[in-house]
Amino acid sequence: MLSLLWLIPALPLAAFVVLILVGSRIPRAGVSIVGCAAVGISALVSILIWASPAPYPLSNGHILALWTWIDLPGFTPKVALYLDLLSMLMVCVITVVAFIILVYSTDYMAGDEGYSRFFAYMNLFVASMLTLVLADNLILLYVAWEGVGLCSYLLIGFWYKEPANERAAVKAFVVTRIGDVGFIIGIFLIFNSLGTVDIQEVLRRAPSQWEVGSTMAMAAAALVLAGALGKSAQLPLQTWLPDAMAGPTPVSALIHAATMVTAGVYLIARMQELFALAPVVQSAVAIIGLATLLLAGFSALVQSDIKRALAYSTISQIGYMFLALGVGASSAAMFHFTTHAFFKALLFMAAGSVILSCDHEQDMFKLGGLRKQLPVTHWTFLVGAASLAGLPLVTGGFYSKEAILSAVWSSNTGGHLLWAGAAAGVLLTAIYSFRMFFLTFFGPSKTRAKPERGWLMRVPLIVLAIVSLIGIVRVLAEVHLTIVLYIAGYWPSPGDAATLGPGLGIEMILASVASLFSLVGILIAYLLFVRRRDRTEAFAAQPMAATIHRWWFVGWGFDWIYNRVFVRPFFWLTGVNRNDVADLVYRAVAWLTEATHFGMSRTQTGRVRQYAVGIAVGAIVAIGIVVFL
Amino acid sequence: MILTGLIIIPLVAGLSAWVSARWNSALPRWISAAAFAVKLMIVVMIWASGGAAYAPGPSCQWLLEVRHDWIPQLGISFHLALDGLSLVMVGLSAFLGLTAVICSWTEIREQVGFFHFLLMTVLTGIIGVFLAVDLILFNVFWEVMLVPMYFLIGIWGHENRIYAAVKFFIFTQAGGLAMLAAILALYFVHGNQTGGYTFDYFELLGTSIPARAQLWIMLGFFVGFAVKLPVVPLHTWLADAHTEAPTAGSVILAGLLLKTGGYGFLRFVIPLFPEAAAEVAPVAMALGVVGIIYGAALAFAQNDLKRLVAYTSVSHLGFVLLGVFSRNELALQGAVMQMVCHGISTGALFILVGMVQERIGTRDLNRMGGFWASAPRLSGMAMVFALASLGLPGMGNFVGEFLVLIGTYQVSPWMAVPASAGLVLAAAYSLRMMLRAFFGPASPGQSLVDLTRREAALTAVMAALIIWLGVHPQPILTTVARPVEKLRVHAMTVAPDEMRSTPLNFSARDFGSRTLPTGAEP
Repeated sequence: MLSLLWLIPALPLAAFVVLILVGSRIPRAGVSIVGCAAVGISALVSILIWASPAPYPLSNGHILALWTWIDLPGFTPKVALYLDLLSMLMVCVITVVAFIILVYSTDYMAGDEGYSRFFAYMNLFVASMLTLVLADNLILLYVAWEGVGLCSYLLIGFWYKEPANERAAVKAFVVTRIGDVGFIIGIFLIFNSLGTVDIQEVLRRAPSQWEVGSTMAMAAAALVLAGALGKSAQLPLQTWLPDAMAGPTPVSALIHAATMVTAGVYLIARMQELFALAPVVQSAVAIIGLATLLLAGFSALVQSDIKRALAYSTISQIGYMFLALGVGASSAAMFHFTTHAFFKALLFMAAGSVILSCDHEQDMFKLGGLRKQLPVTHWTFLVGAASLAGLPLVTGGFYSKEAILSAVWSSNTGGHLLWAGAAAGVLLTAIYSFRMFFLTFFGPSKTRAKPERGWLMRVPLIVLAIVSLIGIVRVLAEVHLTIVLYIAGYWPSPGDAATLGPGLGIEMILASVASLFSLVGILIAYLLFVRRRDRTEAFAAQPMAATIHRWWFVGWGFDWIYNRVFVRPFFWLTGVNRNDVADLVYRAVAWLTEATHFGMSRTQTGRVRQYAVGIAVGAIVAIGIVVFL
Repeated sequence: MILTGLIIIPLVAGLSAWVSARWNSALPRWISAAAFAVKLMIVVMIWASGGAAYAPGPSCQWLLEVRHDWIPQLGISFHLALDGLSLVMVGLSAFLGLTAVICSWTEIREQVGFFHFLLMTVLTGIIGVFLAVDLILFNVFWEVMLVPMYFLIGIWGHENRIYAAVKFFIFTQAGGLAMLAAILALYFVHGNQTGGYTFDYFELLGTSIPARAQLWIMLGFFVGFAVKLPVVPLHTWLADAHTEAPTAGSVILAGLLLKTGGYGFLRFVIPLFPEAAAEVAPVAMALGVVGIIYGAALAFAQNDLKRLVAYTSVSHLGFVLLGVFSRNELALQGAVMQMVCHGISTGALFILVGMVQERIGTRDLNRMGGFWASAPRLSGMAMVFALASLGLPGMGNFVGEFLVLIGTYQVSPWMAVPASAGLVLAAAYSLRMMLRAFFGPASPGQSLVDLTRREAALTAVMAALIIWLGVHPQPILTTVARPVEKLRVHAMTVAPDEMRSTPLNFSARDFGSRTLPTGAEP
């Protein structure tokens, strides 16, 4: 089965090529079949590889070299795929979620004039994302890294007639590229110091060449982190993600929730040995994660646009993953990535269903009371929100968040303060997720919703809802355990011991506290947004509260600052220099030449008397020079 | 014989195109296209028969060489030679020449015969520059490129064409003068030392020149090539010339004329003056970085679509300068790759801009917008080349920029870091261009006719080529491997301190191989 590995990214890529070349000439049914089937078969192949006998040799990694991309002395990056349990997990999640979302899109995007373009871009994205997680060396990883960024750009700006969408797309590309430049400089540094770009080789050589805490190790880790921060929308590069919601909702579900934005998490998990050599940077990962999850959580709490609220919640949940990575618990981070991929895709798709039924109305304050009118959407959104809030025992989200919290508590690098912050985040998450739910589906009905779309949209919702619920938790727990074993056996370090969990007694207590927070949060949301909604709104209208509300609403004003510090000065400077100051020098030379020319030609008057004076003066000066000097 | 043919074919084709215009205005186009097609075939044939000759190794052969006496009394000869580097550049010239003919198929309607004669003459000069290994011959070809280009801009250009043509002429001519002076100085220094006065590149290679004189002579060459490349602050002719030239002129200017500068650095500055080149390397690299950033900043601010594309060249060629003066294998390979890919991608962008201008009669971004709706194929192609221009992996330009940067980092990390920031700026100006011209609501009454079959085929071939170079760059890398290896060895044998005392002992035809212990690493 392993020899079929190349098919996994190749099929969506082939579908992209077919669709971009002839997509506009074949009927829509054909587009749907090509677009979904490629990813579907990829998913099938992934699952077959996963399920095929003896996956455990994978803990050593399986390499499938395809061709040598560049062959220069001392520098031979190959196009090669590397499969181990980490990439296996990513591949399975990506292909399965992508397939479900593509099926959903066949209905969601039906009637759009860019139908085949949409499926082409989506397939290119899936191919790039799969290459990213399967890449055997940093160069190929970077290629795919930019590839997903491109697809993100193309799909955010998919509805190109609206300039705001295009601006959001450019913003997403440029902001993430700032991180990417950090990442590529990190690659230069790693290659220069370690002499290789092969990821496994880098991880083998790094501990022998760099001491823990050495400057080079810190610089390398910090630069890789820069890339991860941009792609995963973490502080201080998080500003692009809320605007990225300008894209069609399936895009938000697949790229800006389930997969691409977690690429940074994958990158750090993949390079964790490097981060272990740079404890300061690793702590920074944890602190950035915590700060992001809290700041984005507060912003999610006050949004009125349902997709924007979900976007902030994505930033916040990835903050949890970064927190886990920062305390060395990459298995917990990957576990949360898995559950998050499913429930966040579910939430976006349910939101998409609402949006379609209500004539593209995304403002939750103009929706409301949709419980009866959209039953499937209502129930599946409830499951998603519960999973996001970490409703104890029945949801996948609970287990993965629990894994992170207990790892944070017991890690040496973490500590109880971080745990307290993360636990506060649980409360916050519960409040904002159920705020979305209650505002949209409870309360007075303000719009007449059209009935839900067909089974192509409903079945994916139901499937994801089931996945997010308890039935699958056993499986996920096992996935979790496998990764724990794999990572522990593969690279034991003090930080990782944390993933094996603290003592049972404390774990129970911590879990109970977190469960309580989650339940209390849901209760608070119920009180604030269903029972006492009028009072909440009255409170929010007070000047003090309104100011804070506005501050959170605009994402703590990062955009405001960046606009003034970076964007506007750049526009101003380039605008001032539009005509190129360097050219002034040459213009001056040209002007001087012409001026001299005109000046000299003035003397050519044709009057003999003036010429005679000229000759006389010239002769006197010449004689003077000869005599006196 | 083949080499002489490469130079004679465009000249003869140009003359017959001029004459044939009396009978039929389509004839010059077909003659020119056929000439380039034949040349392209010759290049491919040479390339295919080269085989193992490209791989780096101890022996150093020139693939082809031809030599006739010209003015033997002064040591001037008609001496052409071709190695992997020249082959790649000649191949690029033939390809871009063909695209230039095809893209002006409907644009040029006046004096068709004379236009094609000039076009072919420019190409003769360019190919001569890539082949000549006698410095006087080189200088002759250098001037041959210049004059017909002056007329191409001045006659078929846009509104401000005379100003642009004169500016172009004066800048390049001044640079050429500095180079000619340096050539003569080198000739006399060499003659005084050896007693044999010659302009032959191979003979001159081993000359040991006193450090101070070497610096000045090198600077003469440097200025000549720096104007062409262009190096900031000598770049200001470029925006005017590119903007005002007809599309074919812009394609040749950006795609090939600038490359003669980069080629000159590689072929002459580094091998002839290794010590002086090492001395100025930090300054030259800094100028490269400044070019990358400054060109990008200028491109970002432009509202004239063609001017925008023109300034991106300043930024992209900054990478070439950076790579050349990093003087290690990766960076040198990257510089060559960047020249090839920039030729194709920027050529294609100029062609697309030309198509837009031909259709709506303006280059002003403020009067564009929403073209995607009416012309999806044209816009899609623009997207492809905008992405190539911003260095998207998977496109050839990325390979070039990446190799330059990774090679530069090994020499000087603090040059590579700000240069990498150019990637962000490249994204900003490329995507701004897409945003302003092709996306957004369609401006009323402003719909664009989509690509015709001819245009679609032309741009599709260019797009396929740029993607192919991005996915599988190895053929180019292998072809230039041996020249680059020689260059690197040459540049690195001379550590700046020891060279002043030890004269270098390179003999013609195998410079580098004897003086260097095998397997020596810099």
